[in-house]
Amino acid sequence: MANAVEIKNVSMRFNMAKEKVDSIKEYIIKFFKRQLLFEEFMALSDINIDIEQGEVFGLIGLNGCGKSTLLKIISGIYKPSTGSVKVNGTIAPLIELGAGFDMDLTARENIYLNGSVLGYSKQYIDEKFDEIVDFTELHQFLDVPMKNYSSGMVARVGFAIATITKPDILIVDEILAVGDFLFQEKCEKRINELMSGGTTVIIVSHSIDQITRLCDRVAWIESGKIKMIGKADEICALYANSAK
Amino acid sequence: MKYFQTFIKYKYLLSNLIGRDIKVKYRRSILGILWSVLNPLLMMLVLSAVFSALFGMGGRFGGLNVPFNIYYLTGATIYNFISEATSTSMMSVYSASQLIKKVYIPKYIFPLEKCLFSFVNMLFSLIAVFLVMIFSGVDFHLTMFLMPVPILYALIFSIGMSFMLSALTVFFRDIIHLYGVFLTAWMYATPIIYPIGILESRPKLMFLMKFNPMFHYVEYFRSVTIYGAIPNLKDNLICLAFSFGMLIIGVLIFKNRQDKFVLYM
Repeated sequence: MANAVEIKNVSMRFNMAKEKVDSIKEYIIKFFKRQLLFEEFMALSDINIDIEQGEVFGLIGLNGCGKSTLLKIISGIYKPSTGSVKVNGTIAPLIELGAGFDMDLTARENIYLNGSVLGYSKQYIDEKFDEIVDFTELHQFLDVPMKNYSSGMVARVGFAIATITKPDILIVDEILAVGDFLFQEKCEKRINELMSGGTTVIIVSHSIDQITRLCDRVAWIESGKIKMIGKADEICALYANSAK
Repeated sequence: MKYFQTFIKYKYLLSNLIGRDIKVKYRRSILGILWSVLNPLLMMLVLSAVFSALFGMGGRFGGLNVPFNIYYLTGATIYNFISEATSTSMMSVYSASQLIKKVYIPKYIFPLEKCLFSFVNMLFSLIAVFLVMIFSGVDFHLTMFLMPVPILYALIFSIGMSFMLSALTVFFRDIIHLYGVFLTAWMYATPIIYPIGILESRPKLMFLMKFNPMFHYVEYFRSVTIYGAIPNLKDNLICLAFSFGMLIIGVLIFKNRQDKFVLYM
């Protein structure tokens, strides 16, 4: 089977400036004093992962180990310092839901705005509008500015918009932690639906249960390197034990 | 080809952002978009009052063969367009950092959007130009149909400059403050509030003026709108060279740096 995502020798290096240089004057002074020292920080080093089409792939690891950086590289937000990422198909990133919501606008306006951020056409959003609203169950709040929404409500709208298309690859970053349990179940159901339709899913979560339940394979990332990669239940068991 | 496809894909985002900008700009104002017409008119009244009352120079001076009102307004239309487009674009990439850090969007959308938004504003302020032309009795010439030409030249120039400025602003925020001063200097360096005639006795300044792209766009615009003259091939080539030269520089600078934006936000 063809690979949906091929990650080859990917490294990501951040320049962590010890002091933030924000102005030309500071920059010149620091340059001549030779104080422009950057601490290099390898967020990821030499990552190799092939994710097959239709697979549900999990990423686990402690905070700051580079999981989210890897997701951002896959979805094209970051360019890796070295190495390459090949993605076959369309991506729907659920990295931070509601990116690009303008809180002064109403939910109705935001559905169009956020939809266009994700690259949908107006025609497509028009078609799917009712379906999106039905999924959020927020009919009566549709024309309320979103600044008056609770974070759970915002997440509902964000999730509904992002999953309305049938992407080839779905990227999910700990977004299921918000919302009430009914909505979480609903989200999981929607993800399961997408999966059964052959969509590749990449999930980051701190909930080991969720990962074990949903994923086929898992990569355990520790300080920017792959520690282990393999069957979900095996890796998750080892990961859970290591914490004890 | 690939670039073209992504542009088509995000075309709706572009129009959506322009729509939002218009909505936000005129929120809670009664006259709304009418301000795009009123603003240049009021500015013109102030300047005319200053020049005629304070300096006693009346409606025409410095060899002007058109009333000062319309002379100023035509120049200011082009200048305001370029200055608004570039100075709002400048912050556009940086202000969109929340978005750029979270989803993949072609980043050139942001400066392009600001330029097009200013372009829409400028189209409204053309109404002011027509109104003043009627009231101050300036003849309408057939050359008016050429008006889109200098406007397009100015648009291409603004887009190029906006690409350059918005990319550099991500790395050095100082540019924002510097550019405000630069814009004021640029206004005085261009014959907008003074007639070009007063420079005729100063050959050196006249020579320098040839390197000011704003001068060429402003003069081109005045030629077709109020002088009823068709600029010759040389004028067109100069404008084209400035516009596309700036566009190429801007695109190159933007393209080389755009992958690093996200690390500096």
